[in-house]
Amino acid sequence: METILNIKNITKKYGSLTAVKNLSFTIEKGHVYGILGPNGSGKSTTLGIVLNVVNKTEGEFSWFNGSVSTHEALKKVGAIIERPNFYPYMTAVQNLKLVCKIKGVSFNKIDEKLEIVGLLDRKDSKFSAFSLGMKQRLAIASALLNDPEILILDEPTNGLDPKGIHQIREIIKQIAVNGTTILLASHLLDEVEKVCSHVVVLRKGVKLYAGRVDAITSSHGFFEVQSNDDTEMIKLLENNPSFGDIKVQNNLVTAFLKEPMKSEDFNKLMFENNIILTHLVQRKESLEEQFLQLTDHQ
Amino acid sequence: MLRLLNLELQKLLLNRSSRVLIFISFVLPFFVILLSSLKINVFGLFTLELGELGVFNFPIIWHLTTFFASQFKFFFAIVVVSMIGNEYSNKTIKQNLIDGLSKKEFIMSKFYTIVFFSLISTVLIFFITLSIGLYYSSYTEASIIFTDISYIMAYFVKLVGFFSLCLFFGMLVKRSAFALAFLFILFIVEWILYAILSSNINSDMAERIQNFFPLKSMYKLIDQPFQRITMSKFPDKSAMTYDYAVHSYEIIIVLCWTALFVFLSYKLLKNRDL
Repeated sequence: METILNIKNITKKYGSLTAVKNLSFTIEKGHVYGILGPNGSGKSTTLGIVLNVVNKTEGEFSWFNGSVSTHEALKKVGAIIERPNFYPYMTAVQNLKLVCKIKGVSFNKIDEKLEIVGLLDRKDSKFSAFSLGMKQRLAIASALLNDPEILILDEPTNGLDPKGIHQIREIIKQIAVNGTTILLASHLLDEVEKVCSHVVVLRKGVKLYAGRVDAITSSHGFFEVQSNDDTEMIKLLENNPSFGDIKVQNNLVTAFLKEPMKSEDFNKLMFENNIILTHLVQRKESLEEQFLQLTDHQ
Repeated sequence: MLRLLNLELQKLLLNRSSRVLIFISFVLPFFVILLSSLKINVFGLFTLELGELGVFNFPIIWHLTTFFASQFKFFFAIVVVSMIGNEYSNKTIKQNLIDGLSKKEFIMSKFYTIVFFSLISTVLIFFITLSIGLYYSSYTEASIIFTDISYIMAYFVKLVGFFSLCLFFGMLVKRSAFALAFLFILFIVEWILYAILSSNINSDMAERIQNFFPLKSMYKLIDQPFQRITMSKFPDKSAMTYDYAVHSYEIIIVLCWTALFVFLSYKLLKNRDL
């Protein structure tokens, strides 16, 4: 598989503060990656380092297997960092032309990309007259101008209203469907869960996890059940080695699995013990619950 | 190189305030020089015609026009510091780098722009001086016309040097207003150093040392022409003679400063986290 970005033992110190500590991970072509972490966990610093705006203290990184210099590689990358940064006195088209000149691509993609983000009818408006949502969409158009190998988005929905958030997510999904590699940094977990296949979890600059989203914890999920005889059922579950924690909340019993078990087997097991279920749901923890488990344990 | 110049020109020329300032800094001095070369009737009392005084004679005219025109460099200095300040306040410097501009290219695009505008200004002043001179001057032999042509060279070097200093201050403090304040502070500091030196050693030595300071060395490229004009009227007063010529070592000093400022600007940006 083609490697797009390889980060090896990167460390960044701001004075006595270590923002990123000995971080390593690899971005392969064709996946959608999420970088997760609370505010101040080093997400933006990491992206800043690979995007040539923050100097690393130690470590190495290479784009496209180190075949080109960083700034040449960035011409094949589309990136948006936190806030859309454009020249306020230029129109949308003028701003995009400037980006084309920097990246060394022709102007003929400008209208096409403005169309994707729905700004074609505002192309001759000044950037300063745009709303935050429009600015963010222009930033995405600008990042797409060179048909990038990888799209890097840092908190793309930060500060947007629900409609704006929805629009940005739809655009990202659309791009992901087309097979573009995406690296998305966010503290909004449902955002990452909805679009990412892989995650890197950071806390205080330290990597806690890197890999597939569904393998983030070794959990086998849990059952939510109700029955005709809850006390008997709880006793039965507590004595069964397949189950770990049993929680009761609002008459709903939650039983966490220690090993894989199918819901039909669970139902059969209960019925054989003369317990008749009135409610049975098998679920896996949401990314949020997994993330909290992961960050709490360390 | 053209790509970088083209980039920066787009940033500048689409901005109304820099357009106005560029216009002022390039057109105003020539306009003033042109006007002064005309006959001016002061309220019908008397007619002022500078051309009559012989100041538009070759070769002294080269000295005079470059000296006056270079006083207007301050307007373009505002453009230079604001072209850095704006990049920081709009955070577009960050976006430029992310889009694939290297830090070196960023500085060079600013420097090329400085050289570009200095060159335009130099070419303009060459032609304006030449035409005024040809119109007024009593001597029009080619050898006399091009005698003090070194002032044109000095003018170009002076502009490039001064704007490189502005570029460096712009990169250093990131804000246009503070960068301009720094220029003023540097001016004061140079004179304070001069005062300290002259009280400790002697004023002659102090001035020689001061001639190496950035602002003074740029000023020294084109010395004030008034004394020379007076001198030309009273050739017998040898007490007034002073060294007004453009020396190659003066040019070298300024070129060294220029190289240093551009290099330091790059170093600053390279080591900075944006």
